[in-house]
Amino acid sequence: MTGLTTGPAAGPVTGPVAPHIAAVTTPYSVSPALMDTLQVVVLVLVAAGATAVVLTRQPVRQVIVLSGYGLLLALLFMVFQAPDVTLSELTVGAVALPILLLLALAKVRKKEE
Amino acid sequence: MRPAVRRWVFLIAGAGFVAFYLWGLTGLPGFGNYPGPYGDIINSVAVAQTKATGVVSAINFEYRGFDTVGEEFILFVAATGVSTVLRHLRGERDRSALDEALDRNAPPTSDAIRMVTLLFTGPTVVIGWYLASHAQTSPSGGFQGGVVLATAFILIYLAGQFLVFERVSPVDVTDAVEAVGAAGFACIGLAAVGLGLAYLSNYLPLGQTPGAVDSSGTIALISFFVGVEVAASFVLIVGELLEQTLLVRQESR
Repeated sequence: MTGLTTGPAAGPVTGPVAPHIAAVTTPYSVSPALMDTLQVVVLVLVAAGATAVVLTRQPVRQVIVLSGYGLLLALLFMVFQAPDVTLSELTVGAVALPILLLLALAKVRKKEE
Repeated sequence: MRPAVRRWVFLIAGAGFVAFYLWGLTGLPGFGNYPGPYGDIINSVAVAQTKATGVVSAINFEYRGFDTVGEEFILFVAATGVSTVLRHLRGERDRSALDEALDRNAPPTSDAIRMVTLLFTGPTVVIGWYLASHAQTSPSGGFQGGVVLATAFILIYLAGQFLVFERVSPVDVTDAVEAVGAAGFACIGLAAVGLGLAYLSNYLPLGQTPGAVDSSGTIALISFFVGVEVAASFVLIVGELLEQTLLVRQESR
């Protein structure tokens, strides 16, 4: 499919893996009930956070609330087992986006004065 | 259109939208049920094929590497656009924020903020570097690592050191680094063509141990270049916008 020439064509990981990976892939269990509860709690938090962003009318405050909402979204992705997306959301949603918005607000406010 | 008519148009359209939306929802697979074959196939073959235990990165930089090149260049073009639109024009000059708002006295950066941000700058660089260089082993990747690296520069600015920010990230250098990152990705793909393989084929030795840092061939290398490109793009965009807040259009009198 991608021009790979080495490695077996299919099948799960066999043979040795790096030690830190072996440590991570050791089976563990979280009770489904606990996982469900966590997911519901975080979903409710995200809904509340999104509402809070919309209801905040003052732009600078809204940016700060938006940053907190980014953190909540990161938590959501974490609970739904998407660590890659968590990292992206953490950096972009909670840091990069608020910074850009704050800079834009600073510029606009300056023009008004 | 009178308000009453407008309200009716909205109500009818809204009802139609809700009806179609609910109808669509009934056709969705159940929560947590994944019906497609591709995820399962990738899950069972990816580690063995690529020797990368960060399967998301394996997908991003290998199975759908060509899509990622496109996304990479979206960011590249965006950063180029920002720096083109926000370039210094004739009749614009630098002025400090203090001169600009005499009635509003901007408080100096407090020691607490300066202390904390400078304290976090080093660890942020290390984490960003780790994320960008360990895409093949664990959940991370060039994009996340790049943004974290850019955050380190933003921390320097937050510490009240715009001049230092400018000195450590001069626009010319950032521009060049960004171009190197973007071109690196594209050239890794072209090298494969030079070797007679398909574009972006993984032609480097994959290593024997899945999850080792030196495993997965081009995946790790591409992730590194993506990290460089993303970090430079974000620093460039933020730097241009920061400059804008200090830049004032000259009054035409």
